[in-house]
Amino acid sequence: MNLKEKIFDALHKVKDPEINTVSILELGMLEEIEISEEAVSIKLLPTFMGCPALEVIERNVAEAVLGTAGTRRVEVKFIHHPPWTSDRITENGRQRLKEFGISPPPNHISETGEWEAECPFCGSIYTTMENLFGPAACRSILYCRSCRNPFEALKPYPR
Amino acid sequence: MKYTKEEALIHKEYHSALCELLFQLADDDFILAYRGSEWLGLAPHIEEDVAFSSISQDMMGHAVIFYGMLEDLGIGKANDLAHDRPAEERKNAILLERVNGPGTYLHEPHYDWAFAVVRSYFYTGIKKIKIASLKNSSYIPLSQAAVKIEMELYYHLLHWKTWFTQLLGAGGEAKKRIEDAMAAVFPDLDGVFSFGAARTMFIRLALITSEEEIRQEWIQMMRPIFESLGINMPNSFGLESGNGRDGVHTEDLEAALKTLTEVYRIDQTASW
Repeated sequence: MNLKEKIFDALHKVKDPEINTVSILELGMLEEIEISEEAVSIKLLPTFMGCPALEVIERNVAEAVLGTAGTRRVEVKFIHHPPWTSDRITENGRQRLKEFGISPPPNHISETGEWEAECPFCGSIYTTMENLFGPAACRSILYCRSCRNPFEALKPYPR
Repeated sequence: MKYTKEEALIHKEYHSALCELLFQLADDDFILAYRGSEWLGLAPHIEEDVAFSSISQDMMGHAVIFYGMLEDLGIGKANDLAHDRPAEERKNAILLERVNGPGTYLHEPHYDWAFAVVRSYFYTGIKKIKIASLKNSSYIPLSQAAVKIEMELYYHLLHWKTWFTQLLGAGGEAKKRIEDAMAAVFPDLDGVFSFGAARTMFIRLALITSEEEIRQEWIQMMRPIFESLGINMPNSFGLESGNGRDGVHTEDLEAALKTLTEVYRIDQTASW
């Protein structure tokens, strides 16, 4: 394994502090890894600007990469370009979210103005958006009319 | 011409105008996010409590971005810029610092929900227009952050518009209270549009579009909504309490700063 692969490996182990089944790679937060003689520089995209977990993620990434970087310095920086959008979540990431009980971002059906989301518990799409704003900046609250469970979905984030 | 951080640090005039704009943007979001946080547990229903605190958290996040840019420009640590500046150095519009209503958070908070709706709705609409203009700002980091902020604002605006139209559409006391709130907001609304003494510099350095254009665009955006609800857009707004961009502020800001810096002042070097 070369250094870049090792770093990827290490980053795979860094999970979202609030959703510990999904890694920051699966969430599409990694934008760039730069390796020079002296330093490893990791550029991340914040999912939401006011996300209180950003500092924790920054620290966890630095710690994870430090073990692989040898004598190099490790720099972790959040950048705002390009903006993070919910379509950066990988297929695997969407699976992991469901396992945690969180639905991937719902699709907005513009003709009806309704939201289409799959219940993470029973798979039904007979669901309603209860509140676009949820318990965290990145989540919405929905309700499944089939299995009658409330559930959360990642807040849709159109490009 | 577009400026990177390094270029902005070299050009003295650009640096000073840019910092002025960033202070206005940061202080606006910071103080209104604080006023929003004072509604925690007091909003009309639990779903609103979740939504409003989420919106306030987003806004505080935007303030952090702007203070962070000031830090990058060598002005001071973001945390200190937020906490450690006296009222007369603050650049926020006076409308945004005003209390939520009678009482305080801990003692008999008889806050005015209609005022919260109108202030938040009008501010969010104006902010959205500013942010759209900032996407073309000559300062590259600001233009990039604006893209991201705009996406979050979409939901904020939708949220406040829903409250505004539903309360007005309901008629009766709801309508009357929204109208009273508008009568309280319009006389100071120009403070939100204002860029203060730096206005011509902002345009010359292509940092953001003019106050007048932002005002016209907001009126254009609001007119059909006002018309459909049968209410009138005043011919002019006001700057009755003074211009916050010039450092003019009220007792309300003094009191808010005293409360919100209480923990910070206990141990200024603590990390959280």
